[in-house]
Amino acid sequence: MARDSCDKPRIMKARVTVTLKTGILDPQGKAIEGALRSLGIEGVASVRQGKVFDIEIEGSDRAQAEALLKQAADKLLANTVIENYRVEVLG
Amino acid sequence: MKAAVLVFPGINRERDMARTLKLVCGREPAMVWHAETALPAGTDLVVIPGGFSYGDYLRCGAIAARSPVMDAVRAFAGKGGLLLGVCNGFQILCEMGLLPGVLMRNENLRFICREVYLRVERADTAFTGGYSAGQVIRVPVAHGEGNYIADGESIARLEGEGRVMFRYCSPDGMVDPNWNHNGAINAIAGIVNERGNVLGMMPHPENYVEAAIGPTDGRGLFAGLTTHLSKAA
Repeated sequence: MARDSCDKPRIMKARVTVTLKTGILDPQGKAIEGALRSLGIEGVASVRQGKVFDIEIEGSDRAQAEALLKQAADKLLANTVIENYRVEVLG
Repeated sequence: MKAAVLVFPGINRERDMARTLKLVCGREPAMVWHAETALPAGTDLVVIPGGFSYGDYLRCGAIAARSPVMDAVRAFAGKGGLLLGVCNGFQILCEMGLLPGVLMRNENLRFICREVYLRVERADTAFTGGYSAGQVIRVPVAHGEGNYIADGESIARLEGEGRVMFRYCSPDGMVDPNWNHNGAINAIAGIVNERGNVLGMMPHPENYVEAAIGPTDGRGLFAGLTTHLSKAA
């Protein structure tokens, strides 16, 4: 067995989802909602848009990865004045 | 006055700002690159100009707000130093947490590039001493995300403490939804922090200072700052 593959650092896949807080106006979501309606896609009650960050984390400690992602979201990925975020370590 | 103008990748109004500072305040400002870790000695005004720092990636101003020079800027403001953010500069100040709230996408979803009227709410501040309270001034705006919003408590505090410096208004000074171009709450165009030494505003006073290119209503802000700093010295 090749030594290299054994030494390769383990990578965990993770996802941070950032969404607007309830009550914050979302003009972009409204525009998307209108566009869906004009495309004839029926039954859409409302649209809120957000962001998804797919992040790769070195190591295999899930708790540590979650803590790191929360720090990243608080410090940069989300503006917690108007946005909520959700952190998932997908493994 | 010893001004410093911060420069980030993607900023494009720094030369307008430098030209105005030289023209109205009488001294060429220092241009300070974002990777610096200190401001020039003796700096008494820091200006964050407009533009599209880091291409507005992530959120407008989010990445610039976290650049190396900002520790020095935060310390400068913490000691009472005068800090002015225009347009992207206002967005950056909000992202730094030096001003409350956030600038959202304009209500009509359009980039707005036009002349607007502003009502100067008070003249007894470091930034607005060159105007009179209630005066209506004409200045340009150019932004896609200028729709100011904050939580109810922050807005109540801003209003209660008289920290709204400029509001979008009609030519005769009335606050009216038809003249509130970007949909900002309470037609807010510019605010200061609690201490009154940090001003963020969306419009560009630096672009209306020379009679050769139009109105000169922007001069008052820079003239007021110069007077304030010369008194303080």
